[in-house]
Amino acid sequence: MVWWNVLMPVIEVTDLVKNYGDVEAVRGVSFSVEAGEVFAVLGPNGAGKSTIVEILEGHRSKSSGAVSVLGHDPGLAERSYRERIGIVLQDPAVEGQLTVEEVINVYGSMYPRRRKTGDLIELVGLEEKTHARIKTLSGGQKRRLELALGIVGDPELIFLDEPTTGFDPSARRQAWSIIDNLTSLGKTVLLTTHYMDEAQHLADRVAVIADGRIVATGTPETLGGRDTARTVITFHLDLQTVEGFPVAEMARLDSGLVTVKSDNPTRDLHLITGWALDHDVELAGLKVARPSLEDVYLELTGGDNHV
Amino acid sequence: MSERPSNRSLLQIQSAYQLRMFFRSPMAAFFTLFFPLMIFLVFSLVFGNSTSGVTGVTAAQYYAPAMAVFAAVSATYTNLAVTTAYQRDLGILKRVRGTPLPSSIYMVAKIVAATLIAALAVGIMMTIGVVFYGVQIFAATILSATVTFGVGVATFAALGLLVAAVSSSGEAATSITNATLLPLAFFSGIFIIPTADTPSWIETFSRIFPLKHFVEPFVAAFNPETVGAGWDWASILYMSLWGVVAVILAIRYFKWSPPQGREVRRRGRQSASVDT
Ligand SMILES: Nc1ncnc2c1ncn2[C@@H]1O[C@H](COP(=O)(O)OP(=O)(O)OP(=O)(O)O)[C@@H](O)[C@H]1O
Ligand SMILES: [Mg+2]
Repeated sequence: MVWWNVLMPVIEVTDLVKNYGDVEAVRGVSFSVEAGEVFAVLGPNGAGKSTIVEILEGHRSKSSGAVSVLGHDPGLAERSYRERIGIVLQDPAVEGQLTVEEVINVYGSMYPRRRKTGDLIELVGLEEKTHARIKTLSGGQKRRLELALGIVGDPELIFLDEPTTGFDPSARRQAWSIIDNLTSLGKTVLLTTHYMDEAQHLADRVAVIADGRIVATGTPETLGGRDTARTVITFHLDLQTVEGFPVAEMARLDSGLVTVKSDNPTRDLHLITGWALDHDVELAGLKVARPSLEDVYLELTGGDNHV
Repeated sequence: MSERPSNRSLLQIQSAYQLRMFFRSPMAAFFTLFFPLMIFLVFSLVFGNSTSGVTGVTAAQYYAPAMAVFAAVSATYTNLAVTTAYQRDLGILKRVRGTPLPSSIYMVAKIVAATLIAALAVGIMMTIGVVFYGVQIFAATILSATVTFGVGVATFAALGLLVAAVSSSGEAATSITNATLLPLAFFSGIFIIPTADTPSWIETFSRIFPLKHFVEPFVAAFNPETVGAGWDWASILYMSLWGVVAVILAIRYFKWSPPQGREVRRRGRQSASVDT
């Protein structure tokens, strides 16, 4: 690794804006990604994830703001830049008439450094399809091939736009281990996803984006104040028995479901269960939980309309 | 850091890859290689060895080179326009654009492959003409025929890429090439041998477009009455002019990403299948 790699962020985005005619798809986004980091962009459909990623890849132009990737301006589409990046697009593009092996060979031949075709096929688990025409592959297999094509040039930085959409659970695990493997080689990864568990598993840092703006950034553990957020106690209760309830000021009642947000769960839980025993009430479905990344995400993106 | 692949090896690999894709697309191969051949066989059967038209040669001696030009134009103009536009719809051009492959090499490889296919089509046509229909080939005009073929193929390849550049989709490119090539083929004397009775407006009209300037000198090169080496520099230059303008406009208007509507439509289909 050369010294400036250590000193400079791999990706630096400042006040990025993108308009499509009247549509403001990206409205002033800033973030930076360090070398060796896995950075996830999370957000609902139409939030602007692909727009941001494709500007960084050099596929789209920006309306305003500054973007620097590996010291390059992606908008110039320089060969030396594209030799250092790998791209997995959201929509798989297939040359249906060719075989898996042929396509990997052709794309590999474009790069100065390249990974061996056989190794790649094994890495993405397509050994049995080595000589199959691509049009005969299933949707998930095509996306695995895309993943192979994204890393065939042994890139320093990999862009993954929803890399595991359409994967079955075991293929998703496999893709995760490929990405883990890339990071252990010191590669930098920028990925977008809708899946909370994916962000949680893979990302060092997450940016949640909604409606073209970043609404939160942080590690998966601290995102949206998740680490300091109040514990949530929930249970079911009949309406007529609420009298004398100890922590009423923190409780919310919604069609029989009581939700208590507590800063002091040990004490509050003790009070609640004590009250229940005194009144001989059963706290049906009692649950104590910290907000999941999914809860935080839904709150941040304001969307029950999403999931 | 290892070596960058050389332009030469990139061009070789890319041309081979384009060729392979062509030969694995039965429809494209059929319409380019066999369709013109079939027309030639039918015309030779119907018109036999009767001499007709102003050229005064047998039907086969006229139709073999004329249909060879038609095949060459299908291999370049139609084929490049349609496959390139479809590849853009599929997102393949976009993916290529994201690699370090210089776009010029990608485009030249497409043209090289199309030229080789055109040469193959012409070769098949002329060979069958010579072997089965007594078509004559003249040493004196071989060179001018070859140069006319080269310039014609380059021009129509450029025009094909221009159609791909301005088409909104693969379907649109198909319509545009059919709607232009077929009528022009009639007017330019590919299907109908020009005679003294041919209306002069057809003659005037067809001379505006490059196809006439490809067919006429190429057919003349196989006419026993042609004197000298058969050079028609005016036609060659006029075709080149079309080619140069086409290249400039194609570069100006070329798009690599799929049109937005299509991307959304494909995405809709994809997520629909994911949800179920
Ligand atoms: N080429 C385009 N022309 C016009 N509008 C566009 C274009 N591309 C994207 N948009 C709009 O910009 C917004 C952001 O789109 P984008 O594709 O970046 O979202 P996304 O976060 O990637 O969504 P998804 O999760 O569905 O992939 C959307 O409202 C979309 O309709
Ligand atoms: Mg997207």
